[in-house]
Formats: sequence, C-alpha cells, structure tokens
Amino acid sequence: MSETSTATTHLVEAKSATIAFGGLRAVDSVDLHIDAGEIVALIGPNGAGKTTFFNLLTGIYTPTEGEVLFDGRSVSGVKPHVIAARGISRTFQNIRLFKAMTSLENVMIGRHVRTKSGPFGATFRTPAFRREEAQIQADAERWLEFVGLSQFANEIASSLPYGAQRRLEIARALATEPKLICLDEPAAGMNNKESAELNQLIFRIRDELGITVLLIEHDMKVVMNLAERIYVLDFGKLIAQGTPGEIQANPAVIEAYLGKGADAIVRERAEAQAAAETDASRGSTPPNASANDDLLESDGIIMTPPNAQAKEDA
Amino acid sequence: MFNYIVSQLVNGVTLGGMYALIALGYTLVYGILLMINFAHSEMFMSGGYIGLGVLNLLSNKAVQAAVVARLPFLAFLQSARTFFTGSTIGMILMLLIVFGISAVLTGCLGMLTERFAYRPLRNAPRLCPLISALGISIFLQNAALLWIDNSIPFPSLLPTRDFGFGITPIRIFIIVTSLILLFVLDRFVSTTRIGKAMRATSQDQDAAGLMGIDINSVIALTFFIGPALGAVAGIFSGMYYGVVTYNMGFFPGIKSFTAAVLGGIGNLRGAMLGGFMLGIIEALASGFISSGYKDVIAFVILIIVLIFRPGGLLGESVVEKV
Repeated sequence: MSETSTATTHLVEAKSATIAFGGLRAVDSVDLHIDAGEIVALIGPNGAGKTTFFNLLTGIYTPTEGEVLFDGRSVSGVKPHVIAARGISRTFQNIRLFKAMTSLENVMIGRHVRTKSGPFGATFRTPAFRREEAQIQADAERWLEFVGLSQFANEIASSLPYGAQRRLEIARALATEPKLICLDEPAAGMNNKESAELNQLIFRIRDELGITVLLIEHDMKVVMNLAERIYVLDFGKLIAQGTPGEIQANPAVIEAYLGKGADAIVRERAEAQAAAETDASRGSTPPNASANDDLLESDGIIMTPPNAQAKEDA
Repeated sequence: MFNYIVSQLVNGVTLGGMYALIALGYTLVYGILLMINFAHSEMFMSGGYIGLGVLNLLSNKAVQAAVVARLPFLAFLQSARTFFTGSTIGMILMLLIVFGISAVLTGCLGMLTERFAYRPLRNAPRLCPLISALGISIFLQNAALLWIDNSIPFPSLLPTRDFGFGITPIRIFIIVTSLILLFVLDRFVSTTRIGKAMRATSQDQDAAGLMGIDINSVIALTFFIGPALGAVAGIFSGMYYGVVTYNMGFFPGIKSFTAAVLGGIGNLRGAMLGGFMLGIIEALASGFISSGYKDVIAFVILIIVLIFRPGGLLGESVVEKV
C-alpha cells in the first residue's frame, strides 16, 4: 500500500470530487489516488456511483465540486476526445462497440487519436496518407492479436460472441495508447473460463504494456485476484479503501453489500448517540462501539475503523 | 412507345440525381444527430442563388458593370469575361468555379446554422432543434425574397440539342456529375479515417468521443458536406428549369426527404437509391398517368414501402428495446 505518499504526483488524483444531479450527490466528496503501474478496483453496490466516477474521469461529466487530476492536470471541463488524447481510455458496462463496423475497423477508430492525416490527404490519397493508413491497419491487427481476436478481424462487431465483444472493446481502448485504462465491469456475464482468461489479459495489459488499470467489477473473485488496492463506494461516498484482505474484513463494506436489519440500525444509532454523549474522547471507547460509531456518524468518508485495523495488523 | 419510355426514364434519372444529392444532406444529418434538418431545402435554394450570383459575376456584362461601379478592384472580371464565355475551356472552368464557390459558401452557411441554431440545442428535447430548423428555413427564404429577388432567370449554359431519347447535354451533365459525387462521397465515408470517424459518431457519439474523435468537428463537417451537395443540386435545378426562386427548395426538399426515408434514413446508399427511385417513379407516373398525379403516385409508393419495410429499403429494422 502506498498510503505514505510523498511529494510525487499520482497518475490519478480525485480531490473531494463531487457531482450532484439536482439533490442527488452521485459521487460525493471522493478522495482517491492511483499511481502509475497499479491495478486498482472500484467496487460497491449497484448505484454506488462507480460508473459516474468513470464519467467524471473521462470528461463526460464535469464535477460540481472538487476536481479530478490526471497526470497532475485537471480534467474538469475538458472534452472527452482531449482526455483520450492525454491518455485515458475506457470500456463500457453495457458494451458500446461501433456495431455496424468490423472488429478491425473498431480498433482502427481507436487509432484516430494518434493519427493526423487530414481531409486533403484522404481526398488525394497522398503517399503519406497511404503509409499512415497501412500503419493504422497494422497497429489495429496487432491489438486484435494481443487480445486474441485475430480470427474475428473482418467480422461485424455485433456478430461476435459476447466475451469476444468485451475483449474487442478492450482492444479498441488499448489502440488509443492510453496511460490509464478504465474497465467498467469487464467480467460481467462471463463464465469462469472466460473471466480467468480476462484476468490473464488484464495482468498482461499492466505487465507487458505498462498501462495502469482501474476497474469496476462485481465479480469478487476477479477483483480479489487482480486488484492491488480497492476503493469501495456506497451511495456516492468512499466508505473504505485498502488491500483485498483489508476490504474483505471491513465491516463497513460487508454492511454496504449485505445491509442491516432496520431495527439493528435504530438500536445501534441510539447506542452510538449515548456513547458519544457519555464519552468525551472517542479514543477511549471500546473497539466494538467505536466501529459502530464510525459507521453511523462520520458520514462514511474513509471508513476503515482504526481500531479494527490495528487489531488485524497485530 | 419505346422511345417515350426511355425518354421518361432519362428524365427520371436526371431528377433522381438531384434528389439523391439533396437526400444525402438529410440522411447525413439524421444519421449523426437524429434530427431532421428542415433548413436543408434552403441550402439547396442558397446554392442556386449563390451559383447564379457567381455565374453572373463572371459572365454577365450588365451585372459586372454594376458591381465594378461599386467595387472597382473587381474590374479584372470584365477582362476575364470573354475568356469564360468565348471558349470551351473557359466555359468548363467557369462551371467549375461556379459549382466550387457555391458549394463551399453554402457548406459554410450550413456550418453556421449548425453552430448558432442547432449546437446550443444539442441536449435539448428533440423537438427544439426541429423548430429551430424551421425558423432557419423561413428566415433564409425571406432573406432571399427581400434582399435579392423572388425569381431570377438562370442562363442556359449548355447547348440545347437532343441526341434522341430525350438525352440532352444538360441531362447528361446532371446525371454524370451527380453519379461522380455520389461515388466520391461513398468512398470518402467508407474508406477514409474521417469517414470512419463520421460513421463511428453516428453509431455511438459518446464512445466515439472517448476514443478520441472530436464530435463537434465531425458534426460541423457533416453540416458542410450535406449543404455543399445540396448547393450542387440547386445549381442543377437552376440550369435545368432556367430559373431560381426563393421557394425553389420546398418541393425538392420534401421529395428528397421522402427519398431519404424511402431508402432508409441515416443510410447513405439508401438515400441514393431512394433518390433515383423517386425520380424515376415520378417521371413514369407523369408520363403514363398524369403529371398532376405524379406526387400522389410517389407518396403512395412511399407509404407502401414503409408498411412492409418500416426502416426503409436499405434501413435496418429497428427493434424497440423494452
């Protein structure tokens, strides 16, 4: 864990990033950071704001408060295609390929941002233009090979098997030569074999290409295998962060996923209030009470209960 | 009889070429913005007016005299007149200049309308840009009527002879030019990098943006190409009918929109096919039934096609997701 961050800039840094749609704070004062070369997962129950955070990062939304920095520069209000050129690429929860194009063309579109020949060259098919076209196609073929889809190069994207469509989306994202790739539920709907292959692919993206990976995933087996660090969102707020082991043991996370009985919440809230009134200093409260206290009172911002963690470390 | 059928067909293909060029403007914009650009028929009209203006500036003695009186630096046009009107090369060059300038200026007009009338409404309900387009249409028609003239004769530039079967130089010119333009556009969209960006944008705007495509410039380009092709059709119409009028866009606009729907709106080849089909149907209907019935027949065919293929001839049948 790189908790003791020095002055070095993180690849991604969210500083109390917030976006409100009317009264709903879909992402609420989220602070997080990702360093180059990490594989980081963003998890949380449905509607927790994970995809919305991706949309903040990739320029589809602009934060209403706070900011998101990429490579030390703010991405607020920057157009998506400029952000893509700076080096963030992504895939989508509901696959969004260019359905009527072939696999190869889809990946070639990804090269758009790294190529430059204009309408003049295209109209007159200048030698430079033709060289670049050939180069784009060669690159695209290479990316298809990287994700293992060479045999589908000339198939229409929508006709590919589901798992292949997901990998094609990854190939298209890789073709933009990103520094950071954001994968939105890449394993959704995959069987065990497919998600095992996906695991391999994601490791290769990081190890062979040196691309930082941020992923949203519900499949905990995938997350726990892949991620070096995990951030947990619930109702737009960051409720926990840590290594897979820490997250699995974190009561706040368990609660966010499994919920609590309503009567238990009421009882605990009353107890917590009583505890807060009687105890002037929080440090002196017994470990259990402290955990509950934190859950209910501190609005859920970075919620690894200090005592519980100390116990685990010891 | 055979002679008559063939000459009606030639007439139909000529009309069809014009319809196809205009229909592409509708279908390109619809494909990318899912919006029907009702101002497109005025791009056709503007193309005709601008083309005629440029033509007169190059070849009409009286117009040149009037312009040079105000803008003396244009005096060189007077000396160039004999070159443009006197020789075959001059004529060809003049036609190229007329079409080129008209297409570029009309294309810029299209980009301007997009920038100021549609882009601010990009995220508004879909009815809003539609109404904005109607406003632009009314504005441009009345601007042409008030500031220029309601109808101006268009000189016939090509010799009037008949090669038999109703094949005349003007018809050959329209058919050949429109086929070339349709072919070039088709190649442009299907093979070039920018064409790919346009297709990607029409298939998924957000995803295209995230892959590094500048959506706004793709949309601006679409609003350049469509009106530029419309302008070419506008000059064809002026040459063919010998006149440009402020409301000349109305019927061709409706017909071409129909052609785009007939072929499958959003589909480029569909617009081309629909344009030619509609032109031929219209010509045959007016030749064999009555010219008063030609529009009735054309629209009946449209309705029949839409009953059996709601997405148009080449359009995808869209399955409504639940």
